[in-house]
Amino acid sequence: MDIAIARPELVADEVRAERRRWDIFLQLNFCIPAAVLLLMLGGAIFASQLAPYDPLQTSLSQRLSPPAFAGGTEAHLLGTDKLGRDVLSRIIFGARVSLSVSLLVILVTATIGTALGILGGYLGGWVDGLLMRITDISLAFPGILIALLLAVTLGPSFTTVVLAISLLGWAPYARLIRGDVLKLRNADFVLQARIIGCSPMRIMLTHIFPNIVNPLLILATLSVGLIILVESALSYLGAGIPPPTATWGSMVSDGRGLIDTAWWISFFPGLAIGLVVLAGNFLGDWLRDRLDPRLRQL
Amino acid sequence: MQPVTTWQPLLRVEDLRTYFFTRRGVVKAVDGVSFSVAPGETLGIVGESGSGKTITSLSLLRLVPQPGGKIIGGKVLFEGVDLLRLSEADMRGYRGSKISMILQDPMASLNPVYTIGEQVAEPLRQHQHLAGKTLWDHVTEALRLLRIPSPRERLQNYPHQMSGGMRQRVVGGIAISCLPKLIIADEPTTALDATIQAQYLAHLKDLQRQTNVAMIFVSHDFGIVARMCDRVAVMYAGKIVETASVRELFSNPRHPYTIGLVNSVPRLDRKEERLASIEGQPPALLNLPPGCRFAPRCYAVFDRCWKEQPPNFEAGDDHSASCWRVAS
Repeated sequence: MDIAIARPELVADEVRAERRRWDIFLQLNFCIPAAVLLLMLGGAIFASQLAPYDPLQTSLSQRLSPPAFAGGTEAHLLGTDKLGRDVLSRIIFGARVSLSVSLLVILVTATIGTALGILGGYLGGWVDGLLMRITDISLAFPGILIALLLAVTLGPSFTTVVLAISLLGWAPYARLIRGDVLKLRNADFVLQARIIGCSPMRIMLTHIFPNIVNPLLILATLSVGLIILVESALSYLGAGIPPPTATWGSMVSDGRGLIDTAWWISFFPGLAIGLVVLAGNFLGDWLRDRLDPRLRQL
Repeated sequence: MQPVTTWQPLLRVEDLRTYFFTRRGVVKAVDGVSFSVAPGETLGIVGESGSGKTITSLSLLRLVPQPGGKIIGGKVLFEGVDLLRLSEADMRGYRGSKISMILQDPMASLNPVYTIGEQVAEPLRQHQHLAGKTLWDHVTEALRLLRIPSPRERLQNYPHQMSGGMRQRVVGGIAISCLPKLIIADEPTTALDATIQAQYLAHLKDLQRQTNVAMIFVSHDFGIVARMCDRVAVMYAGKIVETASVRELFSNPRHPYTIGLVNSVPRLDRKEERLASIEGQPPALLNLPPGCRFAPRCYAVFDRCWKEQPPNFEAGDDHSASCWRVAS
């Protein structure tokens, strides 16, 4: 109260800050994608409570039953596949695998790619030459081959899938980031940082990194869809997560042969992939706008 | 050890050489430059674009542009310590805390993702390990020294929210934050418009009076140098051709190049049809011929100029010029 009388502008500031904190929930471009992702994550975490059926339980008498709204029964809302497994339950359980593979792979590839990209771009010289040649090799190498090799030596498993996709997946990050760093390295504000006595490490971490967050976020969110698809391709080749574990990618490829008669087997997991990718992109976009001080005040 | 003398310069540069090794040959951007700066003094370095002014100032901080640039010889004695012999880590301890620099373009020299408060705070955090209230008091003080209105409120602003003039003051604030002994200002007002320019220079002068910081003021503008500096070094093609106090240099220039420069400054007290200019172009710094580098443009050139490079000759009290004419 006393403060309010003495310094009314302070109170106004606080009110404004408070309002800013809640404003974020009024922004649709944040709300909708965040809700979609939360829903998916929640589904993945509480899969055993939420799913109406065991995702592995087969029932040949109920096979290829269409979704409830397309002439099927209430018992299987999104229909069943060729072994009579409930599609909805498999999507919910599949979210666990698909989302955690995507998140892990993005974490690993983005970290490695960004680190190598910044190192090569900033240090230049033979470091850059070496790193970029390795990147070129990684980009040119057939990824499926590596994955198969790994699957054969390590045996198909969750870890194998993450390793196989990450092993080559960092290269696009390194390439992209290195290009941006090359441009930033000669920026005056980097020279300014050197003038005030920053070490190369500090310059890379605190002066260059924040300026490359935008392309990084965009690439990371765009890669979600790709990772899910590669994961399904690996399953298809027998190098992925072994069946009958449900993953979105393997469900899509399972239903491929039946697409004209039982479209729902591929369609719904495909829809889930699409939603995650879209939500990821929107959220990345929103985050980029928030992180860029030039756009923040608009 | 250095013998203790009565007049101990803060900075003494001796025979500094910074070359660029390119595919086409060696570019001698700074070729045997010597000068000294006393505490609290302002030394002006003037010259045309490409004469090596900026490379000289960057060499003092050992921040020669890469790739290709290399300091190949000379001494940079700062308070008696040869900076060229320090380890890179020790050198970082000097940058920003004892020697600082103001760059030319305020639009590019601030990091767009940090508030100006953060950027002024960074050298203080790094060199003096300040934090909390003390830190922000120092930051505010630095901004106050550069006459930034309501500095406390400005701390939260981002560079893009400020005008060019204000940004350049912030850059000045970063430079002064640790109270260095020497500030190198590399054409700090070139990117500003005329009115803001005059204001900024006045602030710098003011700052110098309050903190007794020595300055090296790099410029191509003789008018600004006359106003800002105590002594002037004139650079031509990687060499310092004449050094004198401002008054002496303007009233009694000895090197033909300086004479040409002084005559080319527009003056209100003389009626002239055209401004005087120096014929020709400065030489390319790649594979220079023997002899004086100014010889091809010099009006007073004679045999010896083409064969031998002139050394520095005394041309008066604290006045030296490297020209064979001065010697004879």
